[in-house]
Amino acid sequence: MNIFLFLFFIIWLGGWWINIKISKFNDPNLPRFIVPSLFGMVILLMWELAVIGLQINPILLPAPSAIALKFSRSLDILWIDFVQTLIKGALSGYILGCGAAFLTAIAIDKFNFLKRGLLPLGNFISALPIVGMAPIFVMWFGFDWQSKCAIVVVMVYFPMLVNCVQGLELIDPNRQDLMRTYSASYTQTLIKLRLPSALPFIFNGLKICSTLALIGAIVAEFFGSPIKGMGFRISSEVGRFALDMVWAEIFVAAIAGCLFYGLIAIIEKRTTFWHPSQQK
Amino acid sequence: MKTSYLANKFIPVSTIVILIGIFWYLVAVPMNSDKVSRQFKNLPTGEHILKCWSLKKPKLPTPHQIITEMVNTIFFKKISSKRSLVYHGWITLQATLAGFFLGTLLGILLALGIVHNKAMDLSVMPWVIASQTIPILAIAPMIIVVMNSVGVTGLLPKAIISMYLSFFPVVVGMVKGLRSPDQIQLDQMKTWSASSNQILWYLRFPSSLPFLFASLKVGVAASLVGAIVGELPSGAIAGLGARMLAGTYYGQTIMIWSALFAAAFIAAFLVFTIDFLQKITLKKMAIIR
Repeated sequence: MNIFLFLFFIIWLGGWWINIKISKFNDPNLPRFIVPSLFGMVILLMWELAVIGLQINPILLPAPSAIALKFSRSLDILWIDFVQTLIKGALSGYILGCGAAFLTAIAIDKFNFLKRGLLPLGNFISALPIVGMAPIFVMWFGFDWQSKCAIVVVMVYFPMLVNCVQGLELIDPNRQDLMRTYSASYTQTLIKLRLPSALPFIFNGLKICSTLALIGAIVAEFFGSPIKGMGFRISSEVGRFALDMVWAEIFVAAIAGCLFYGLIAIIEKRTTFWHPSQQK
Repeated sequence: MKTSYLANKFIPVSTIVILIGIFWYLVAVPMNSDKVSRQFKNLPTGEHILKCWSLKKPKLPTPHQIITEMVNTIFFKKISSKRSLVYHGWITLQATLAGFFLGTLLGILLALGIVHNKAMDLSVMPWVIASQTIPILAIAPMIIVVMNSVGVTGLLPKAIISMYLSFFPVVVGMVKGLRSPDQIQLDQMKTWSASSNQILWYLRFPSSLPFLFASLKVGVAASLVGAIVGELPSGAIAGLGARMLAGTYYGQTIMIWSALFAAAFIAAFLVFTIDFLQKITLKKMAIIR
């Protein structure tokens, strides 16, 4: 039994014990992030020690310290990849797709027949493996970011559409009647009542789509890309067994995903403060 | 009941499907037009359009071409043959189901832990959410390659990707479901001096079932996506994902589309099966009528 594995178990049990102690405190003054961040730190430490202690080949699983080192040394490449995949591919597709879905939802909202036809179909299409269309889009729109943008548009369109339509539909009839007694026009009702009350659903759609956009843009690069981009880097570095670089890219993707999701959540909190789900 | 189903669902949905089909044929003309003009010089317009719909390697194949290809590769090839879509579909389905099963199991266990143990609730739940920010599909090739080099090949690596994708909705849904009983109901159980095991079996678990089924539907769809993407990295020779990749290499667009359609059918089949089980179970439990 070597010293690293011994430390591994010590830290495991210690972290466990501390977490149980803290969670029993139940002190409202204690910041909420302490327990999960402690848990995360323990996991990272255990990962590091396990890699050293068991002498795991860095080809299989690099240690967190090695990944951090690689990350800090290749910031320029990571930045180029980030811009290529996430800004040019994912973000443009996300904005286009969600925007188009939102406008479609408002357009078909007036027609009950279209809504009844599109909702089940949209639900069904959301469950399909649309990522599989990536090779087709690469054939149609070329290797650069346009094809990634296109696949993201298709991936986010239907989940967003379904959420928007449902949000616009679920309205307290009393409130609608109230608007009618004010003799509000269709546009006024839409802007002042229906869109605000659909916001929780719209944000739900935006949140779901944020992860989809990330995945779509990266996976589409496996089918062809210029010599930059996160998906390209991941697949080529896997081929060279340089897994520390792969993990660095994953780290970037995870951070970007968290930040984007967080941003949407903050906007949601600011704009839907009146909704029961936002109140404690 | 029957007429309302027709008017509310069947007619609108099939109208939209037909509209999409017409739109598809219309779009196929400009998309394939270049290729037709290159292959055949000076065709009259009518024949030109017909050729657009029946090219061998079109940019956008038409639905009837895809369906013909599917019928050929499903019914007129031996099931064990590598050209049979049934063979590829079965391989993908196996990985999907294995991953889905493991993911559901893991999800339920984690949810039980989270509901019963405060420390786990505080420490694990945020990480379950954080785990989903890692775009696992994006690192699927890495996982497959690494596992292959350790000697784990075949079904398992794909199943692990599927599991990773499908456990999340199950955890979130189950935690919500297990916590859905009211305080009044919990108090009632306490007055009967029920143990926490009994509360789990007689109150929490039954009331979590509607949530579980909703999560299972999301999870099984995610599993299928995971299995397909897991088949993409070079080296994979069987499965719908590998079929799509092969189609890309050889420019066989009809092959890609038929694999996509097959994936869509499998997804529909899986989701409807769970939907069916949900209806039966919830009816037996008198949650829905």
